[in-house]
Amino acid sequence: MTAAEVATPAGGRGLGAGVTRGIRAWGPPTLLLVGLLAVWEIAVRSFGIKQFILPRPLAIAEAWVTYLPELYAAARYTFLEILAGLVIGATAGIVIGIVTARYRFMQDSLMPFAVAASSVPILAFAPIFNNWFGLDQQLSKAMVAAVLCFFPVMINTVRGLTNVDARALELLRSYAASEAAVFRKLRVPNSLPYVFTALRLAVTLATIGAVVGEYFAAPRSSLGQYIATYSAFLNFERSWAAIVFACIIGIGLYLIVAIAERVVMPWYDRQAEWR
Amino acid sequence: MTLEGEARARSVVEITGVSKVFEGRAQRAGRVEALVDIDLSITAGEFVSLIGPSGCGKSTLLRLIGDLTPPTAGSITVNGKPAERARRDRDYGMVFQAPVLFDWRTVQGNVELPLEISGASKAQRSQRAKEHLRLVELSDFAGHYPWQLSGGMQQRVAIARALAVDPALLLMDEPFGALDEMTRERMNLELLKIWERTETTIVFVTHSIAEAVFLSTRVVVMSPRPGRISSIIDIDLPRERNVETRELEQYFHLVTAVREALRGDERSADSSDEDADDLAARRVTAEGLGG
Amino acid sequence: MARSASARRRLRPLVGFLTVLVVLLVAWETIKFIGGDTWHIENVLGTGVTIDHDPPLTFAFATDVKLPHIWAIAGEFGNQDAVGDTTVTRLLRAALFTLRNAAIGFALGSTIGMLLAILLVHVRMLERAILPLIVASQTIPIIAIAPLIVIGLKADWFGVAIVSTYLTFFPVTIAALRGLRAFDPRAMELMRSYAASKWAILRKLRLPASRPYLFTGFRIAAPAAVVGAIVGELPSLIQDGLARQIITGMQYYSLNAEYLWATIVVSSLLGIGVYLLVAGVENWVLRHERRPEAAAT
Repeated sequence: MTAAEVATPAGGRGLGAGVTRGIRAWGPPTLLLVGLLAVWEIAVRSFGIKQFILPRPLAIAEAWVTYLPELYAAARYTFLEILAGLVIGATAGIVIGIVTARYRFMQDSLMPFAVAASSVPILAFAPIFNNWFGLDQQLSKAMVAAVLCFFPVMINTVRGLTNVDARALELLRSYAASEAAVFRKLRVPNSLPYVFTALRLAVTLATIGAVVGEYFAAPRSSLGQYIATYSAFLNFERSWAAIVFACIIGIGLYLIVAIAERVVMPWYDRQAEWR
Repeated sequence: MTLEGEARARSVVEITGVSKVFEGRAQRAGRVEALVDIDLSITAGEFVSLIGPSGCGKSTLLRLIGDLTPPTAGSITVNGKPAERARRDRDYGMVFQAPVLFDWRTVQGNVELPLEISGASKAQRSQRAKEHLRLVELSDFAGHYPWQLSGGMQQRVAIARALAVDPALLLMDEPFGALDEMTRERMNLELLKIWERTETTIVFVTHSIAEAVFLSTRVVVMSPRPGRISSIIDIDLPRERNVETRELEQYFHLVTAVREALRGDERSADSSDEDADDLAARRVTAEGLGG
Repeated sequence: MARSASARRRLRPLVGFLTVLVVLLVAWETIKFIGGDTWHIENVLGTGVTIDHDPPLTFAFATDVKLPHIWAIAGEFGNQDAVGDTTVTRLLRAALFTLRNAAIGFALGSTIGMLLAILLVHVRMLERAILPLIVASQTIPIIAIAPLIVIGLKADWFGVAIVSTYLTFFPVTIAALRGLRAFDPRAMELMRSYAASKWAILRKLRLPASRPYLFTGFRIAAPAAVVGAIVGELPSLIQDGLARQIITGMQYYSLNAEYLWATIVVSSLLGIGVYLLVAGVENWVLRHERRPEAAAT
């Protein structure tokens, strides 16, 4: 009955408290990362370790800056594939997921198939897609990315729409709510956390799909070919510089999804996820 | 309830010859006779408690009234209609042991849920929701989310939600079961205040003899295997119940009466204090009627 | 009667899967029937009957090169090459090679993942520092490092196993972290009341409680380890694994498209196979327990 019974975020509300919380959350990992990089750099310099697969961080940074124009061009090329794959795969996954969740017989047939299909090394299909859509076409890599994204999104959409609290279903039944109302008011909000989890995974998968798809066959000016080519030349600084670009794309998209999640689900108790 | 009052009052719930059998699944329990030959009549404005040991079918009976499960035999009418129609017409509100609030809605949003489904306008919904939050004294928390509230507060939101449609009949299945004793006693008082103000009919399932006697106008004692009504006890405590009520001698008599009924003890052994009234109040009937 | 009912229930996913598969295969051949290349099949199933069919329409993607007949792909498995090896033997050998590396990676990754999770659960400060980094690392296409690792480590099976290790360790760590904490808090209080040591709590409470979650992680990690092994083999000159077969299939695609498809079939079966293996072990180990229905990662 008193305000004391009501939960407030630890440390209180307000901008100052929010900033403190942000620092407490991100401080340690950032420090750790910077620390690791520093140790790496110093160790290599002082002990004269042969830089083979792992060049010094500063050497990578140098390569990054030196070859920025061509790296950026390659990154842009690959980014389009990632984005297209993400959009196609996620949209298809959600739509088919909604249809599947609606009909029991579809759940019984499509779900096992989707689960099995997500165990298949989809990347093995990359050459086929290259053949279908053209070796030099971005579409073929985008399709690899799309198929990779599709399954987790579809599976999670179905799970999110069907794993609802039985008591909530009963509650709505006691209101004589229609199927459509149950869908709108219960199933959809219930599925949001599941879908966002899948989207975060999908971002990673799309990046992998596009880059590895490019290993098989793609124009020189693409991240995958860049990495493969310079690795073959044993020019690892440039390979790593390209990988850094891939990371930037991946992390950037991930953050966009995370922000979207916060906007769409302001009520979600995120602490609970990591308990 | 006086005899005259009863004659005037209309019947809200009529249960006639109702049985409920659960067919067993494969190697599980097998056929369970949850309820057998239940007859009960509840009139408007009553507060009827269902009490009994595990397996006596009290929750099942409540769910039958609420049309959350169909009877195997017999009929149930609510407000003169079959239970199913009453549900479709949204004649009643239900409160369960768990509040079952939607995480993604604010407190007010949760209270508005049934109103949305029955198609009330935005303005109507908002006004009704605010009104009922005031009733349960949670107006200050309208914008909070359920996980920010304590268990007792969440239950109050669930009660506000159940009342938001102004139901003729309120069904409550051990709503305070998960709360501690003191909160529970407080909630009992709150509930009585709400009952007084809204004049709803309440059917209340509970495990607690004290709670049943304190809240009700009638206590229906049930027994298991198979589930049936074993006796109905009139609670003739003054209508105005408060903290002092629990210290009245009559209160203790009634609690004892219920307890003995639960034990299946029809003979009142050596309770020389026992009133003839109490004896008259206890009836082993299949045709339970108050008064 | 009871046993057959539950057996029937367990077969339902299999039936569902086969249904979809059959529908797909039928659709495949139907498309070729309508718009593919001319059908000319002699001696159908040894009956001496010849089928000649000229599809009315032309779909660009339904040619015999782009979309070989199902039976052509099946037939490819029996093809013998110059050395006398059949395709199926060659592919199985390659699959075993890849599987071995994937298994080593999976075992390593799981061990590291669980040890790391146990460490993080006990040292809260470390968890706050490391966990965000681990999560962030998942957004990095680690698989992009695969060629570097494999080439750098002189391109043999060890490098490939390392890639599988990395891909396994993330889902297992996350799953283990959740699992090691997934018990009723009152159970912890009970253990404390026995003055149980941290080690005893770990053995008797956390680890058993974590098993269902661990298996969820394994189910994701096992196919990932296979993918990692294949991709790890790609850019290197490793001859023995599935990646080499895929590349061969790519190179000879215009001459013998069925080979690549056969390779893909074997790769798919490998992925599904390890998944089913983990699921089978899970069903046996957890046969008495309720399973949490978890979202993918």
